[in-house]
This record gives sequence, structure tokens and C-alpha cells, in this order.
Amino acid sequence: MAQKVTLNVNGRDHTIDADPDMPLLYALRNDIGLNNPHFGCGLAQCGACTVHLDGQAIRSCVTPVSAVGNGKVVTLASLGTPEKPHPLQTAYVEEQVPQCGYCINGWIMTAAAFLNEKKKPTEAEIKTALEGLKCRCGTHMGILRAVKRAAEMMG
Amino acid sequence: MTKFERPAAFSRRALLKSGGALVVSIGMPISLDAVLAVSEAHAQGASQFAAAVKPPLTPDQLSSYIAVNADGSVAAYFGRMDMGHGLHVAIGQMVAEELDVPFSAVKVYMGDTATSVHQGGASGSTGIQLGGKQMRMAAAEARRVLVEMAAERLSVPADQLTVVDGVVQAKADSAKKVTYGELIGGRYFNVPLAWNKQYGNTLYAPGKAQPKKPSEYKIVGKPIKREDVAPKVFAQEDFCTDVKLPGMVHARMLRPPVAGSVPVKVDESSIREIPGARVVWEKGFLGVVADREWDAIQAMQKLKVEWSQATPPFPPQASLYDHIRKSSVRKRVVEKENGNVDEAFKSAAKVIEAEYEWPFQSHAGMGPACALVEVKNGFATCYTGSQKSHFVQAGIAATLGLPLEKVHVKWVTGPGSYGRNDADDCAMDAAVLSQAVGKPVRLQYMREQGTGWDPKGPASIHKARMAFDAAGNITAYEFTSKGFSRVDVDTNGGKPQDTLAGHTRGVALHSGDGFGVPAESYEFANKRLAWETIPPLLDRASPLRSSHLRDPVGPQIHFASESFMDEVAAELKLDPIEFRLRHLTEARDIAVIKAAAEKFGWQPRPAPQRQTGVKVSGRGIAYAQRNGTRVAVIAEVDVDRSSGKIYARRFVVAHDCGQIINPDGLAKCIEGNVVQGISRTLWEEVKFNDKAVTTVDWISYPILDITETPASIETVLIDHPEIAPSGAGEPSIRPVAAAIANAIFDATGVRMRRVPFSPDRVRQAMA
Repeated sequence: MAQKVTLNVNGRDHTIDADPDMPLLYALRNDIGLNNPHFGCGLAQCGACTVHLDGQAIRSCVTPVSAVGNGKVVTLASLGTPEKPHPLQTAYVEEQVPQCGYCINGWIMTAAAFLNEKKKPTEAEIKTALEGLKCRCGTHMGILRAVKRAAEMMG
Repeated sequence: MTKFERPAAFSRRALLKSGGALVVSIGMPISLDAVLAVSEAHAQGASQFAAAVKPPLTPDQLSSYIAVNADGSVAAYFGRMDMGHGLHVAIGQMVAEELDVPFSAVKVYMGDTATSVHQGGASGSTGIQLGGKQMRMAAAEARRVLVEMAAERLSVPADQLTVVDGVVQAKADSAKKVTYGELIGGRYFNVPLAWNKQYGNTLYAPGKAQPKKPSEYKIVGKPIKREDVAPKVFAQEDFCTDVKLPGMVHARMLRPPVAGSVPVKVDESSIREIPGARVVWEKGFLGVVADREWDAIQAMQKLKVEWSQATPPFPPQASLYDHIRKSSVRKRVVEKENGNVDEAFKSAAKVIEAEYEWPFQSHAGMGPACALVEVKNGFATCYTGSQKSHFVQAGIAATLGLPLEKVHVKWVTGPGSYGRNDADDCAMDAAVLSQAVGKPVRLQYMREQGTGWDPKGPASIHKARMAFDAAGNITAYEFTSKGFSRVDVDTNGGKPQDTLAGHTRGVALHSGDGFGVPAESYEFANKRLAWETIPPLLDRASPLRSSHLRDPVGPQIHFASESFMDEVAAELKLDPIEFRLRHLTEARDIAVIKAAAEKFGWQPRPAPQRQTGVKVSGRGIAYAQRNGTRVAVIAEVDVDRSSGKIYARRFVVAHDCGQIINPDGLAKCIEGNVVQGISRTLWEEVKFNDKAVTTVDWISYPILDITETPASIETVLIDHPEIAPSGAGEPSIRPVAAAIANAIFDATGVRMRRVPFSPDRVRQAMA
């Protein structure tokens, strides 16, 4: 049954009424008003719902709100802004990566967490870090170009 | 299909003064005062070409395609939509080019039934080929009219005027000038077009103007970037999944555990504890709504339903191809025939035959379909990611029993679309739910419904045979496809017989007949290309109903036909390219193959190589036409004979779609085609048991992983500015499977004749 849950999202506390078992995804989308991330599978198989929880990329579609605790949630909307973009966002625009764009959260949020940990990764390391994420339009080539470009920007 | 007209004709001034209506009617966020000022300044002595009141939204009106705002910016209303290739950029380029305005001055509005006429939606890679053709002609006519208006205003003959960036000026005296905004900004074109009385893809309504010569192009052909990438990357763009309306409730559908069964008992008390949860049940249609999305999902999971006993409708997966082989032929069509094929085979000294198999495949969109529908006071409003909003409008009207003009469908980017996916079904289901509960209903399918219940690309078998005389010369060629129809359900949800909402509420499925033949220019003295369709496995709501999936039946047909050409080349111990060039007749076909070979660095030799070792590599070529476009694909693959793993490492694609509008968009479009083509070739197969589809997520229905990305996809874009542009959204997926199969053969001498080339299957084939 619904309880009061306080979530720290994009630097702000939000108190919502929610079933503690409800996945974070629905809190973000419907209670906190963040249209990203997206529902892709609800099974942690595609990544369309990916956000950062204390800097780690997690699948919000299978993360109960009760598991978030005091953790700090960051979504794509606050990773960077047009005025102050994250290098991955710059690279994504420069490389014109997306087609439909529904998968973006998975790739950018996962790559952002990865590049934060790993400087100057090889292409093989990038591919391994992104393994399992889905893009149905087949923009794989562009995704890899953008992540490599961002990695170079991040030194 | 009848036309959509606005429910009421407002005066331009009333529209302007109603504030927000400005954005709806013209679509540009410009100052109201600026519009009013210009509008009123020129209200006197209005030209015959302009009107204060918008003419009806019909295909024979210039105002249905083009409007000029007071600031000179241009709105282009397009009855189609972009599925991710940047079509709107190309259309903007074509419109800006013909109008002689900067590209940045044009905004393209897509797929809204209230602002655009029915141009067919996203269909068959014809966005530029047919949709763009119309927008080009409309823009050219708009320029002609504007110059006529300027001639009157400036008292300078039209042929002594020129246009620079939306400013009409006298060639002899550039001080004599007037802007498009001053001429018509804030008012509407009142100019009839010569409409061919057709809706959809073939709609064509030119004016009196001739479009520019390609030699005059300044904007068409430039690699202009998409402006919609940044909003997506910064999480600022709403998808159809993100639209919300006041009072909206969430819904989920329930599908039967055995295809063909229907609910016989629904225990609403089983979800009584869930706030706001309600059941909507009508015959086989069963859905739940709740105020909150998670509650709707809970209700879907918890609702106790007793389903009717239905005879499991499907054959065992293992006998799918036998089923197709043995099934009665519902329709046979010989699309191409020359010579006397039967006689030639009878008198042949030798015949080579092969049979190829392609499974059902799923659209498996990145997200399952979502739609938001509000039925209120006899009017339905729908937000959908469907490729075909005007058909969805007709479908909702028919499903709910509303007049067409009482349905407004607004396309909003969806979670990917590659043909007739689950979007149209979702829109109809949401419409039924909204009508039932009297509230706006947002319905999103679950993953297992998106992959399990979308219309499938049809499974098929393909028989090819080639006859030779005693001297080894080819005397006859025959190619026959046999499979499920590409239109069990139509390419759109325009009729209840084609949607799950229709089927579940009692409308029978009326499977149409459609397949296809290889699109190529091989010349043989006796040649026959034919197809045969078989009945669907289930005559109502079926998770194996078939319809259009990207390049409908193209990948399967050309997997077979281009693999077979390779088999014949190998039999003749000829280089596969040399063999093709000996028999091809059309110059553009020959040119794409030569261009791909040159870029690849192809050294002629017969396949296969005689290689030993566990890990071997090979190369393969395949080529195809598609509605005017020609593509040659060369694949280089690595085969691990021990694990069965294929790595499709390198691709070279030579692509000729006539005039290129945007080379950057085209190259990326081709990359996506190739990657999705590899995915469908190596991994994708809908699996099922006798009751249901069992591939329902990304584990059971895997697609190409990022770790399997090719090392390179090189494109050779052959530009023919003098040839009207043809499509690019699908042609380059067409030859990919055969190119990979031919490369595997070159590497190993083993011929793969059944897709997908999953590791298990490859390992078995190599054993």
C-alpha cells in the first residue's frame, strides 16, 4: 500500500505517495514529472529506463522506490544542459546518433558512468561496458563514434 | 477515404485573437502583434492569391501544404512523418530550395490530421519519393504565386523579379523589393492545385509552376543536420509515451494464454483493492484502467480471468517450413515471365535447385506501443506513434462509430517504427477504453505484448532453380516464394478487420494476398518469378498474423535469390561479381555493383576459398533494386566454426537512389539498415508453441548487440541529380542477409539456407 517516500532526484527532494514496491521509473515519470527515462521492457533487459543512483547506472524499471533510500538519483535531464552539456551529449549531437531516440537514456547514462570511471578506454572496453543495451534502429555505429568522441573530450 | 475538414471555419482574425490558436493554425511561435499588424496592413486590396480565411484542408489547396508567416518563415504541412531518418530535414530542404528561403526559415509539421492532408504516412520508403515530390511541387507553386503577387505590388513584370532569402526584388533595381512576409504573411494561399483525386502515397497535386533545375540547387544535396537530435539528447522532447492530459487514466490490456481463446469469466473483485481499478470487457476485448500506471499494471497482473477452451492453433515450430511447403496455395501470381520456362527445364542437360527459409520476425520496437486517446462529447483525440495517422483516424472513426471529421489524430514520435507494428492496435485499444470509461486513457503495452503480439514479418520458403544446356550455358531460371501473406492484416489500422480491437470485438480477420518477387535486372532467355500465399494460422486475433516489417518480404526474397545467384556462380566456378555482371542489363545496377567492388578492393576469384582452421573469413556480395533505388552490399565476415559465431565485420554499400537530398541523413539511414539487417540475419526468429508466441522479450528475441557492431560500414553514395529521388529507408536492408550468407560460403564452403544464422545453427551446418 502507498506510503510517503522521499526521493532525491536531480538535486531536489521529492516526497511522493507510492507503493514501496513500485519501480523508480514510474515515480520519475508520473510523480516527479520527468519524461525521461522511458519504459522499454520492465525487465532490465534494454536500458531505456537507465538513471544514475549515486553515480552508478541502474535500471529504474526494476528498482523499487524503497531501494533508493537516501541515494541521489540523476536522470538524463540533469546530466547536462544545452548551455552546459555533458561531453556525451555534445558528442551525440555532433555525431547525430539517434534515429527514433527512445533508447538514448541507456546508452548515454551507462556510458557517462563508465567514462567517469575509465579514462581513455579502448573500443573493446567501450563495447563491453555497453553490452546488453538495446537500440532497435541499429544506430550502433553512431553510438560507438559518439562514445569514443566523448572519451577523447574527457581526456 | 473522405477528406478531413476543420469542424468550423473561423475567421483569420478570430483565430489570431484567440491566442493559442495561432500556433495550431500556422504553427510558428511568432508575435501576435506582428502578425496582426501585417495582416491588417494588407487586408485592403487583397490579392486573388491570398485569403484571410483558411481554405478547406483539402489536397487541391496550396494552403494545405504551405503557409507563410508574417516574419517570412514558412510552415510546411506534411501528411507523413519521420521514423528516425531525418525525413523532415529533407522535406525542409526541398521546400526551402523551391521557395528560395533559408533552410532555417522552414518548419515541417508532420502527421497531424488537423493540419495535413492524407499523404499516406510513413510508407514504403516513399517519404521523399512521393511525399517530397508533392511538397516540392507545392513549394514551387507558392514561389510562383508570391512572385506574381510581388509583380503586382512592385509594378515590375514577374520575369524581371528574383527571390533571395524570401525577398522578392527587381533584377534591375534591388531597392524595389518586398518580402514574402509582407506579401502574404499571416494570411493563407488561396490557390487551387491540380489534384489527381487520390489520397495516400499516390496523392499528387501540382500547381502551374515547374520546380527548379538541379543545377540551380543551393540547399538540396547539402548535409544539413537534424535539429531534433539535441532536444532528444537533453531530454526535452516528448515521445508519444510522454503526453499527458488532465484527468488521464492508465490502462493495460490482457491477452489470452492460448491464441484464439476469449475471456468467459472475469472476476472484478480480484482487483477491488487497487485504487480506481476498473475492467473493460467486451467479447474478447479485455483491458484494465487505473488512476496510476503502476496500479494499472498491478490490476493487469492480478485480475482473475477464466479463458475459453480453445484448440491450440499453431503447428510445432519445428515443422513451420513443412507446414508452408504442404499448405494449399491460396493465391499464385507470376509477376514476371519471359520465354518458355517449362520447356527449357524439360530439355535441360542439368538443373541446379535450392530452397531457402525465413522465419517470422518481430518489429520488437524499442518500447512497446503507446497511445493516448480522449473521447469526449462525440469527438476523439488520439496521440500516437503510428506511421499512419490518417489511417488511424479512419480506424478510430470506424471502431468507435464516429464520423471521420470527429476524430483528430496527432502523431508524436514513438518508440521506433519499421512498418506495421503494434502502434495502430494500441491506438484502437486505447480508443475503445476511453470511450468505455469516459476519460482520457493512456495505454502502453507491456514488453511481452509488444514483441509477442505485434503483427509479424511473414515466414516463407523460396525455391530457385536454374537450367543449363550440355555446354553449361544457362537456359532458364525460375524463382518462387511461398509463404504467409505480407497483408494478413493491412499495412495500417484503418479498418477494424485489421486491428486486435476489431478482432477481439468480433470483426473477422480478412487476410489479403501479398508477397513479391526479386527486384533485379538479370536477363535469361527463359525466366519466371512468382509468389504464392497460404492462409493464416488463425483467422482472428493472432500473435502470428503477418504484415509489413521493414522492407516487407524484401530481405527474405533477396536472401534467397541473391544466395542462389552465388550458388550458380560457384557451380560455374565464376567470380560472383563477374557472374552477375554477365547477366545484368540495367546500367545503374551494374554501376552500383562496380562501385561497391571498387570501394571494397574486390579481387576476382570464384568462391569458396578452400580454407582450413577454426576461424576463417570470407566475402560476399548481393544486390537488389527497390522501387527505383539500387543497392549493392559487400560483406566481409569472420566465422568461428567451433562456436558457430559469425562476426559480420565489414560492409561496403553502394547506393543509388537518384537525386540525393541530404547525404549525411542518407549515410546514417544506410548504416541503420545494415545493422538491423545483420540483426535479422544472425539472430532474429519468432518462436512459438502450439498455443502462443514464446519470444516475448530481449532474451528470447535477441537482436544484434553493441559488442557485435561491424568494425566498419562504408557507403558509396551515387548521386544522380537528374533522376527523381527514390527511397532509401529500406533498400539497403534488402541484400544484407544474402551478402552475409555468401560471405559465409566463401569462408567455409558451407551454404546457409535458413535464417537466422544463430551460433547453434551455424555450428550444426559446419559439422
